[in-house]
Amino acid sequence: MTNPIQDIEKSDVILITGSNTTENHPVLSSYVKRAVKFKGARLIVVDPRRIPITRHAAQWLRPNLGTDVAWINGMMHVIINEGLYDEAYVQNRTVGLDELKQIVAKYTPEYVEEISGIPRAELTAAARTYAEAPAASILYAMGITQHVTGTDNVKSLANLAMLCGNVGIPGGGVNPLRGQNNVQGACDMGGLPDVYTGYQKVDDPAVRKRMESAWGVDRLPDRPGLTATDMMNKAYEGELKALYIIGENPMVSDPDLNHAEKSLKNLDFLVVQDIFMTETARMADVVLPSASFAEKDGTFTNTERKVQRVRKAVTPPGKAREDGVILCDLSKRLGYAMSYKDSREVMEEIARVTPSYCGINYNRIKAKGLHWPCTGTDHPGTPCLHMDQFTCGLGVFHAIDYRQPAEVPDDAYPLFLTTGRLLYHYHTGTMTMKTPGLNELAPACFVEISREDAAGYGLVEGDTLLIRSRRGKIEATARISEMAVKGTVFIPFHYAAAAANRLTHAALDPIAKIPEFKVCAVAIEKV
Amino acid sequence: MSASNRIQIDGKEVQFSPGETILEVAWRKGIAIPTLCYLKGASPTGACRICLVEVEGARSLVASCAAPAAPDMVVRTDSEKVIRSRKLNLELLLGSGHHYCVTCEADGDCRLQELAYEYEVETVRFTESPARYPVETNTLITRDFSRCIMCGRCVQACNDIQVNEAISYGYRGDASKIVTIGDRPYINSDCVFCGECVQACPVGALVAKPSRFKGKPWEMKKVRTTCSYCGVGCQMYLHVNKGRVVKVTGVDGIGPNYGSLCVKGRFGFDFIHDANRLNTPLVRENGALREADWDEALDRIARNLKKIIDKDGPDSIGFLTSARITNEENYVAQKFTRAVLGTNNVDHCARL
Repeated sequence: MTNPIQDIEKSDVILITGSNTTENHPVLSSYVKRAVKFKGARLIVVDPRRIPITRHAAQWLRPNLGTDVAWINGMMHVIINEGLYDEAYVQNRTVGLDELKQIVAKYTPEYVEEISGIPRAELTAAARTYAEAPAASILYAMGITQHVTGTDNVKSLANLAMLCGNVGIPGGGVNPLRGQNNVQGACDMGGLPDVYTGYQKVDDPAVRKRMESAWGVDRLPDRPGLTATDMMNKAYEGELKALYIIGENPMVSDPDLNHAEKSLKNLDFLVVQDIFMTETARMADVVLPSASFAEKDGTFTNTERKVQRVRKAVTPPGKAREDGVILCDLSKRLGYAMSYKDSREVMEEIARVTPSYCGINYNRIKAKGLHWPCTGTDHPGTPCLHMDQFTCGLGVFHAIDYRQPAEVPDDAYPLFLTTGRLLYHYHTGTMTMKTPGLNELAPACFVEISREDAAGYGLVEGDTLLIRSRRGKIEATARISEMAVKGTVFIPFHYAAAAANRLTHAALDPIAKIPEFKVCAVAIEKV
Repeated sequence: MSASNRIQIDGKEVQFSPGETILEVAWRKGIAIPTLCYLKGASPTGACRICLVEVEGARSLVASCAAPAAPDMVVRTDSEKVIRSRKLNLELLLGSGHHYCVTCEADGDCRLQELAYEYEVETVRFTESPARYPVETNTLITRDFSRCIMCGRCVQACNDIQVNEAISYGYRGDASKIVTIGDRPYINSDCVFCGECVQACPVGALVAKPSRFKGKPWEMKKVRTTCSYCGVGCQMYLHVNKGRVVKVTGVDGIGPNYGSLCVKGRFGFDFIHDANRLNTPLVRENGALREADWDEALDRIARNLKKIIDKDGPDSIGFLTSARITNEENYVAQKFTRAVLGTNNVDHCARL
């Protein structure tokens, strides 16, 4: 997030898109609901499902799946046309408006209605509401990013926010809501193929040299490595021979599971380090038992870039060990002695090699976390990014054209499928499905379908359906729901027994390499 | 500041900002006024009558949580009249229901119990009202109406803090009850089981069912940590008894959650002590996984990785670190991949 969570209650307008906020970020959604109920904020929701937060919205726009660039360009078309943009901000802090203007010129509300299905008057009204707000915040999640145009979608939202002067002000911002406890931290720590900690590039010789000397090694690899999705493809093709997986269950969470299964089977050697015998661990050559969050000390970095403490409360079961301790032991066996007294010592090393974390230490975050960048031990942290200028100087508008999703419905597969999580479960369910109360509230997989489609297929609530895509098939029961819109069904991806990802498409965004989980075409029939 | 922005509390001159209540001014100045129904961040209800104070010139005692400070007010928080009235109110509350502490989950962490002790309520003068409504329970939350003091904190928590708007006040007089829409049980209502009401309840009327009979508050070690589900990073206490996490509560007064949690954070902790946790390394032999010790398992990994590096080069190995583990562990994982294995093939599940 460019802005801290607390800023949400300072927003005059909140635009939520591609985030089922109340179910996936429930505590953060309360900030939105309070802003609307008590602070007079206006909420615009743009989502293909009538998600629960729409109850609090002044406006709900319903786009067809995978048409985000179109409606965002459409809003900018209206804003530019009506002169509602922040001229001083654009002049002083950005470049590239002319190119943007040229591209969005054709995205008239009429044209956008053709593509997205959003009625022109609604789009125009939303554009005006957003543009006229003194401070407007954009909240988004995987509904924006998990597309072949994921990068384009995010850049388009950034365009919209910059156009209206909403980046670098309290109550504004472009705010991705991150779905996993430490996905921000895993990225910050260099758990990515092209960067070390703090997004320092592996192909920058100066950076590499610094890391080589810090780590005491002669030569670090100089080319960016493979992304997770590419690793699976290379395994499928036989080029990747071994995979070491910590705390992840691609046999349920990857797109096109049949492909994922073949990829993993094709490896010469698979190690899985986890707290449970997951669907993926069952396929491993070696399985290592690790400690859960309650059994270790350390830090997580949350969605607002705040580094917060994790503390050991209980001991791990049996022989299970902390992930870091396991890796240090293994590194010794491979001839490189990594050893740390405790997690505090690791954080001290992180601070030494990472400019954005260099002011962070356990003493400072004992009671209250710190937002990075935190560039010195007397630096207060940075809750809000880009305040006086963008990190890179001027904000760059990206002129982006709309492109179709990789797969759209046709006669053979006539319905759109989109996937996501439910309030009561988390990801592949390895943790939440151990709690009886949560299983009672969300016991099994289902297909959420609109009243109209149910009538068209002659379905009643609870019917067992066979859902097929070009990749695979699953069975699940029909749930007729006001949340669904005609032509689109939704399936939660938590349930291994009826894994929605048997159906999903492995098509990737060319830059971010993120799969298009949110759009594919399916056919349904009563069993 | 002019003199008109001052009030006197217990003989002390204090400044107030317009809109501040007497209670807020007093608390800010370290003057203790007890409350049962006051909930930070919510609008005051004035329901419990425990925070009553004497205001010079007022006809009766005033609920300090709901009364704004006014220029030149003279307030007594500890006059005999105030103490007598608080004590009477406590007696009435204790008589209003089934306040039997022995096996109550709130015993030791109950505002009513604390205040009754502080105000030296020795016996309950009023006969206990019979329970009008039966205990309602589901797998996560138990509602014991006979212990409810109708303070309304749960209603505020649900409507003003979480804004789930699932509960409200129902019926009248003696029949008063906190109800869902249509007075249905929680399990069949709009309730989303965030448990904000449970945390807000000052007595034992709302209880986390899975934690029932798992330990008294003084037996628990409370360990502050960060939630391991979504990316919001809620601050929580793990309540540990006999080496097991038996309850989770939100940390009040600190962001990002200020005490709030969701259903997963508050109730989804059974996995920690689940019998199916992996507790030993396993290695594959003749097609099946069998138990091994750490030396055997790690040696096998080291041997295989070395062999593959020698034959196909380090770039034929991939490492998936995790969005679920700590920063420190992620740092070690990418350092291991780059410095030890010699490849940049390190990524994690950010995209999935």
